Amino acid sequence: MHLAHRHHSSATEELQVIAPSKLAIENVSKSFKGGSGSVLALDRVSLNVAEGEFVCLVGASGCGKTTLLNMIAGLEKPDSGTVCADGRPVTGPGRERLVMFQEPALFPWLNVFGNVLFGLKLKPNLTKKDRQDVAKYYLELVGLSRFERANIHELSGGMKQRVSLARALAPNPRMLLMDEPFAALDALTREQLYGDLQRIWKARNKTIVFVTHNVREAACLGDRVIVFSPRPGRIREEFAVDLPRPRDINSVDLAVHATEITKALKSHSQMEVAAA
Amino acid sequence: MKRFLLAALFFAVLLLIWEALFRAKIWSPVLVPSPRQVAAYLEGAAVDGTLLKATIVTMRRLVIGYIIGLVVGLPLGLLTARWKLWQDTVGTLALGLQGLPSVCWVPLALLWFGQTEAAMLFVVIMGTLWSVVIATETGVRHVPPIYRRAALTMGSKSLHIWFKVILPAALPFIVSGMKQGWAFAWRSLMAAEIFVTILTGFGLGQLLHYGRELSAMEQVIGIMIVIVVIGLMADKIFFSPIEKFLHRRWGTSQA
Repeated sequence: MHLAHRHHSSATEELQVIAPSKLAIENVSKSFKGGSGSVLALDRVSLNVAEGEFVCLVGASGCGKTTLLNMIAGLEKPDSGTVCADGRPVTGPGRERLVMFQEPALFPWLNVFGNVLFGLKLKPNLTKKDRQDVAKYYLELVGLSRFERANIHELSGGMKQRVSLARALAPNPRMLLMDEPFAALDALTREQLYGDLQRIWKARNKTIVFVTHNVREAACLGDRVIVFSPRPGRIREEFAVDLPRPRDINSVDLAVHATEITKALKSHSQMEVAAA
Repeated sequence: MKRFLLAALFFAVLLLIWEALFRAKIWSPVLVPSPRQVAAYLEGAAVDGTLLKATIVTMRRLVIGYIIGLVVGLPLGLLTARWKLWQDTVGTLALGLQGLPSVCWVPLALLWFGQTEAAMLFVVIMGTLWSVVIATETGVRHVPPIYRRAALTMGSKSLHIWFKVILPAALPFIVSGMKQGWAFAWRSLMAAEIFVTILTGFGLGQLLHYGRELSAMEQVIGIMIVIVVIGLMADKIFFSPIEKFLHRRWGTSQA
């Protein structure tokens, strides 16, 4: 498939669906120094994520789920334990694992197209034409072809997150890390994005780790839902969601799963209150 | 078009009031010349080349000093924002000196450099520099950390982050600092030119000064008008387009 004499990868090659990442997290702990001394954000957390799996991390705020996501991204380092992606320890951020943040971290000095190009310009061996083709492809995938030249402030919240998604997908990462990306959107926009995200996940075959505090959202999107408890952040339970896709957030089957997960979530946070 | 006409009308009325005051002879015509006398002076000075020469001398000092101020000020601002040690030292110095009216540099410049171009440049640079340092530092500090994190995950590294993320993100602050620096530099240069005769070139300030020496009020007012017009043009030609771009991109309200 790869020719030895190839000088640069073309847009078509760049757009190929590549093998997704596998993740192995072992005994990871992390504490932060706060105003009231040291806080244990994560306590000996272990988690495996298979290639192409969609895993949702749910828990109350302060359970360390975002911290864990940042460690997978390489933006933070664990105090102890290891985070390995495809067998190699994660030592820093890199375009193999791209992050989509809760606030759209889009750059206001670039237009929509410029934002999607940003990560592509950092990839070697692509011509200008290739980069533009790739950016166009992803803007089309998220349904924003018409807004290529728009400024960021002209977009709605949902459109901004679509651009963020296109920007994260464009460098063709093996893994997508999503930190409550839909939390600030209205319900209707969110529902559309659930459908689109499932479609794109299937089309591009990515491993996705998705952090949320919305249980229904987790049940709708995840193959597995991991329940965290706060202070110290620990994994309490996990649920496999084996409903057919694409899933509808309003379906009754989904509600059954969500209720079960919510129950678990509540019991673990109540234990927390009782202990405190 | 309607806005232009109204503005033109406004200035026409101002001229008429001026002419009326001149004709009322409340003050001596030596102190209040007529608009026509001022126009005549300007025309004469334009024709014999004094005006153009003086403008070129002044603008050369201003532009060269301003560019040096920017070139030195921007990196200093970045360093100040990046390292605590720079913030505590250069940052504090910049904050202090920015508060010093830049005309206060004139006596020092004269003693150090004598009546030379260097003294003029020095005054302009001191006027520009500290505003640019402070604005750049403030701008960088206001860049949301999430931009940096997002860039890191996309494979951006140290220098690339500084030039492609931090600097453009700080642009609105930097531009307002540049504008302030320009205003300070312009003011201090005029003060310097009025007080000090530099034999290497007669600037607009010097024309103003000699207008006073000769009690030639039409020259004083004429040069003041030229100075105002240059200020307006700098704004319209240089700063206004940049600000428009910032407003369009960032979506901040149009001033």
